[in-house]
Amino acid sequence: MTQWSGYFGLIMQGALVTIELTLMGSVLALIMAFLAGLGRLSRFFAIRALATAYIEFFRGTSIFVQLFWAYFVLPFIGISLTPLQAGVLALGLNVGAYAAEVVRGAIQSIGREQYEACTALNLGRWQGMRHVILPQALLVMLPTFGNNAIELLKATAVVSLISLADLTFQAQVVRSQTGNTLVPFTTILIIYFVLALIISWGVRSLERRMARGLDGVRV
Amino acid sequence: MEWDWNFVWEIMPTLIQGVKITILATLLGSVLAAIVGLAIALARRSPNKGLSRTVGFLAEFIRGTPLLVQLYFIFYVLPDIGILLPPLVAGVIGLGLHYGTYTAEVYRAGIENVPRGQWEAAKACNLNARQTWTHIIMPQAIPPMIPALANYFIAMFKETPLLSAITVLELMNQAKSVANTYYRYVEPMTLVGAFFLVISLFSVVLLRWLERRYGKIER
Repeated sequence: MTQWSGYFGLIMQGALVTIELTLMGSVLALIMAFLAGLGRLSRFFAIRALATAYIEFFRGTSIFVQLFWAYFVLPFIGISLTPLQAGVLALGLNVGAYAAEVVRGAIQSIGREQYEACTALNLGRWQGMRHVILPQALLVMLPTFGNNAIELLKATAVVSLISLADLTFQAQVVRSQTGNTLVPFTTILIIYFVLALIISWGVRSLERRMARGLDGVRV
Repeated sequence: MEWDWNFVWEIMPTLIQGVKITILATLLGSVLAAIVGLAIALARRSPNKGLSRTVGFLAEFIRGTPLLVQLYFIFYVLPDIGILLPPLVAGVIGLGLHYGTYTAEVYRAGIENVPRGQWEAAKACNLNARQTWTHIIMPQAIPPMIPALANYFIAMFKETPLLSAITVLELMNQAKSVANTYYRYVEPMTLVGAFFLVISLFSVVLLRWLERRYGKIER
């Protein structure tokens, strides 16, 4: 009988790295999503073009390729990243590109009359966005953001291939040390699933909190 | 580090071999995902509560966990119970199962979008279950699904680099082996990225066309 408790500790360390990556990646993705999403709605052609190029580039090339590029190619042009930095950068930029389209779609889904009301109240472009449009659009974005966060969690498994000791990496370590494959892989599958459930539960309760007081205003 | 065109031409034949496997895996994976998705969608509609709940939970589980870990599971765990799969077959099964859970949702939405009246009309015409599906429901449900299905097949295409982790010699793996042999990462990795970007940009055009062709059906 193998001594499982030590290996369980390894897996838990991996889970911490996965959670850390997911959180940091989500923060970067959120920032990029709003920058690029609002950028696509900008009045200036240059900003729109830049945001579109960013979104198309990161959605068009696969996350795996981006990660390898960040980790193996950037050092040759003088930028050395640790595996963690490369992981957060690639995950954040990739998921941020998908989420940027969510931001754009949500803002465009807000009815014309809201914009007209902003004009009628003599709010500036930024003021209207900040106080009228975004608070409503945020609620529309939230469920899809939750899905994006789960996609990001799932994508973190890829960082094990650039030798970052996340859940998947630790499972491989346990596999090579014990020769047992079923237990480590089943364990991490369950941990990933539980993490995904926590994210969707968190997003749903956040949504309920934000929707409070908006009854009857929006569906 | 400079970009070297001679090196690019030198490694091109190896990369093209990888491209063939990448495309093969995508095609086979798409066929499998289309079939698995249909099976899941039908099982979830089954009047047998036990069957529909179990399949629903399994699909949810597969969707909530990383494809990479599932590939490891198929490739490393199944041999323990006597099922030894070649890497490409394991990869195709992984892709097909994972994306099958996504296409199942497309089928579900497509089937639910067929108005109730059509079911009632089929019943009124005394059609049996098989005739109702093949002559009434499917012909109306399938065309609007096509763009959404294509969307997932393109997403799957971008996930094929993960197969390199279970030693399938697709594009990413060929690029890695070339890069490790010559210790030049810039050209192979950038070419892989460019290849995915070009295909994705083309597929956007294809998707737009599919949406125009099949997106709306006349009622």
